[in-house]
Parts: sequence; structure tokens; C-alpha cells
Amino acid sequence: MTYETMVHHTSKGAAAAKSRSGVRVERLGKRFGDLWALRDVDLDAPAGSVLGLLGHNGAGKTTALRILTTLTAPTEGRAWVAGHDVVMQAARVRERIGVASQAATVDGLLSARANLELVGRLYHLPRAAARQRAGELLERVALADVAEKLAKDFSGGMRRRLDLAAALVAAPAVLFLDEPTTGLDPHSRNQLWELLREQVRDGATLVLTTQYLEEADRLADDIVVLDHGRVAAHGTPAALKQRLGGERLVVTLVHPAQLDAARARLAPFSEGQVTLDPPARQVVAPLRAGTRLVEVVRALDAAGIDAHDVQRREVTLDDVFLSITQSKSAAAPARALRETA
Amino acid sequence: MSHLISDSLVLARRNLEHVRQIPEKLLDVTLQPIMFVILFAYVFGGVIAIPDGSYREYLLAGVLVQSLSFGVVGPATSIATDLREGVVDRFRSLPISRSAYLIGHILAELAASLIAITVLSLSGLVIGWGIHSSFLHALAGYGLILLFAFSMLWCGTLLGISVRSPDAAQGVAFMVIFPMTFLASTFVPIAGFSPLLRVLASWNPVSSLAAAVRWLFGNPTGTPADAAWPLQHPVVSALGWCLAILVLCVPLALRRFRARTTS
Repeated sequence: MTYETMVHHTSKGAAAAKSRSGVRVERLGKRFGDLWALRDVDLDAPAGSVLGLLGHNGAGKTTALRILTTLTAPTEGRAWVAGHDVVMQAARVRERIGVASQAATVDGLLSARANLELVGRLYHLPRAAARQRAGELLERVALADVAEKLAKDFSGGMRRRLDLAAALVAAPAVLFLDEPTTGLDPHSRNQLWELLREQVRDGATLVLTTQYLEEADRLADDIVVLDHGRVAAHGTPAALKQRLGGERLVVTLVHPAQLDAARARLAPFSEGQVTLDPPARQVVAPLRAGTRLVEVVRALDAAGIDAHDVQRREVTLDDVFLSITQSKSAAAPARALRETA
Repeated sequence: MSHLISDSLVLARRNLEHVRQIPEKLLDVTLQPIMFVILFAYVFGGVIAIPDGSYREYLLAGVLVQSLSFGVVGPATSIATDLREGVVDRFRSLPISRSAYLIGHILAELAASLIAITVLSLSGLVIGWGIHSSFLHALAGYGLILLFAFSMLWCGTLLGISVRSPDAAQGVAFMVIFPMTFLASTFVPIAGFSPLLRVLASWNPVSSLAAAVRWLFGNPTGTPADAAWPLQHPVVSALGWCLAILVLCVPLALRRFRARTTS
């Protein structure tokens, strides 16, 4: 099955499902001037599921999230969040969602507690209820001991956690997170992932954008890869990884002249196309399962190829994009679009 | 819609909370106006003659109008800051009316204006200023001052939405307000100005406001007998200026805010 048929197949299935809640998007498009930041995007996240939007900077992830959170109007297509149309019923949508943006939009001149109370009051909670909720959430995001400190003095990770707490104030049915862990240290990242899993256990639908395949892999039930504003691939993390091969073999050569020879020698160990990266003097191949590195070294040595380094590594987002753009470039050259943040 | 008022009040309280955290913010509406009153009263008081009264009686309305003109800076910088930090996006993703955010700012700034007006009136009393008109005239005088403060706040709101950064907002505000408040009858009677400056000062809204407040308070106006129309009819022209500023700034500010926060 090619990527195109995969995408086609899944979105057709989604349209038939007609989920009343969660998130559903049909042929969504957003144009800035002459450029389409988003085009023909179909998404489906049933209630209680986690959808990961994966892509590089400018792929359209933030634009998609801004439309779904009613901050930006789409140019074409429709989207429903928690059963309400994001354009026609924006006010209803806002009552049901929580948003944690990339910029960690907390008020620096308010204390952590005051930030959460403010958001609670704006969700029309009575003063006492807003105060109680703020206290609960500060505990949950481990900020209770700095509750009275001004947010402007917080570290990046603390701001992120406060921002996430603000998104959780109204116990939202759908939670949107824009690159929630970008710039976080591994410890904070794990804490945040755990908190997000709790939300899903409690029945929330989660839509998150990320640049990290690992993050999408850990959290998402379903992954949509965006590239230049379009859906480039769609599937479960396992399906995507299987599709792309689990591991990569990377051989760095001493002499650039031997690149082609090395590619030929590596073909037997590869499950797909072997690619060249001439500036780095590297040959990259999707590693066939069960291959031992020592076999690779012997084969290269027998052919007189002088390798500086031979290593295997997990598939990365770069590999995903490399394989997607390579398989697509023949059919439809991708237009360079930039996301306006 | 019943939430519009309560949401606006909650957001106004947020700005007041900022003041509690950073009390220096209050300097603009407390020590700074007092400093102007003292500086002008004691430095210029001795050298500037007012034909129809004392300089100190003349000065106070000028400082009032000047301080409230600088009210532009408050909403301009705080709205520009919110837009830059993305705080506006946070509010817009909440179930509140879009105008609640702007109204909240204006309400908080009006509270600051009330403090400035009170502080200035009290320091005026200390240096020998007083109201010499009827109660209703005095009330009208304060009403006019508040209307002017309100229109300048909307001016600042428009500015804050239009510029790229809080620094730019502050820079532009000072560039415009500083010359505007000095090229007027704010601190000295315009009789001594050169002919060109006199024309500019006569048609300056600040002059109209200062003259109208002086007249309503029964203070000396220093208006020359051959003054231009706006100064001959200060209350009418001051009201006209305030309304013109509001009619221009409010719809523009609302439209720009909508445009800036939807694309």
C-alpha cells in the first residue's frame, strides 16, 4: 500500500465514523497570501484518543492547531471539535477545549496561582471554586511550592507546566498541545508525558504537535505526518515505523569517490532504497532485520572500501521525511510553503 | 452577554494585580504629576505672568491634561506586551467575549486615571490652587477630564494594537504626546508664542481641554482677546475633540484587534 492509498483509505473510514466528539477535520485549508500553509487536510481523533501531528517547522502543525482552537479561521474545509463546528460554534468549542501553546502563554506579572485563578474565573467558575481548582492543579504539575512566585521568574519547564495547568482548568474534553516538550529536559519531559497520559485515562481527547517521532510514538494512537501543509503519511506509530523500517545503517567513508561502490555493497543488507549524503560522505540504508554489523564491515572490507565509521541507529523523523519526500518527488514536486507562526 | 461585564472586571483586576506586584507602575499617576506641579509652580511660577490670575491657579488644569494625555502610554505598552507574549491568544481560546479583553484594560487604566486626578487635585490644593465656580461647574470640569482620559486611553489602545513591540509603543507615544502637551496652553499662556506656534497651539486639543477645565473650575484661562475659535469656545471644542478622537479610535482599534488576532 502506498502512502497515498493509506491516507485515502483512513480518511474515508473516518468520514464514515462521524464521531460526535473528539476532533474531526475535512479537507481543511489555510492560505496566507499566495501560500497555502495547510491544504486538503483530513484528520480524525475519536473521543478519548491521542492524535499526534508530526512535522518540521513550517509543515503546518501550528496553523492546524490555531484553526482547531478557534484562533484562526480556515480558508476552506470544515472542522469539528467536541461535536461543534470551529467556525460557526466557536464559543461552544472554547467552552470544551484546553490549549497549551508553544509560547507558554502565561502572564509573567502574575503569580502561578493568580494565573490559574484568572483562567478559572474566565471559565466562569465562582471565586472559591477557581481558587480550589488552581490549588489542585498546582499540586498536579508540581508547582505548589512556588505557587506565589511570579511566572516571569520561572524556568522554561516550569512555564510549560503552568501553561499546561492553565489548559486543564476547566477539565476540557479536548486538549490541544503545541510542541509540549520542546526545550524541556528529559526529566520534565517524562513528568509531562505522565500528566498527559492521566488526562487521557480520564477520558480527554488529546491533539499534540511535535517534531519528535519518539514523543508521538510514546503518546499517540494515531500519527499524521504533515509536510508543506499536506498530509504526507497517516497511520499508527507501529505501522509508520514498520513502513519506514525500524533501524538505519549509516556508513561514513574516508574517500567520497567510493560512495557509489559502497551503495552497491550495502544493497544486500538494506530493506529499501540506499541513500547518499555526499557532503557528510555517508551512505544511509534501512537495515534488514537480523543483520549483524560485523557482516557489513566484512563486505565493505572485501570490496576495498575504506570506512571511517559504521553504525546502526533508530529511525528518526529525518528518515521519515527523507523517505516520504523521495517517494513523492517523482509524482508531485512539493511546493515550498512556510508556516506563519 | 451577561458575562461581558464580569469578564471585563476579572481582566481589569488582572491589570490591577500587575500594579500590586510592581508598585513602581503607580509612579506615573502619583509622584510624577506631583513633581510636575512642584517644578512648574516653583521654577516657572515666578517668571510667567497670567493676565487674569495667579500662575498656580493657572497651572493645575495644565498638569491634569498633560498627565492624562500620557495615559496613552499605559494601554499601548500593556496591550503590545500581551500581544507579543501570546497572552491574548490564551484569552481568546477561553469562552469570553473578545471585547472583554480591551474593556478590561480600559477599566483598569481608568482607575489609574482617577488616582492621578485625585493626587493632582490634592497637591494643587496644597500649593494654593482652588475651584472658584459652582458645584455643577466643578462636576462638569471633572467629567470633561474623565472623558478626555477615556479618549486618550482608546488612542493608546489603538497604538498598542498597531505597533510591533512594547518599546515601539512607548517610543511613539512619547514622540507624539510630549510635543503635543508643550505646544499648547498647558504650562504657559499662548499670548507669548510666535504667530505660527500660536495657530498650532490654538487648534491643539490639549489647549482646548486645559482652557475648558480652567473655565469650568473658575481658574484664570490666560486666553488672549483675539484668540482663535477653539479657545473662545473651549468647552464646546474640548467636547468636540474628545468625541472626534473616540469616533476615530474606537472602531479602528476594534477592527485592528479583530484583524490582528484572527489571521
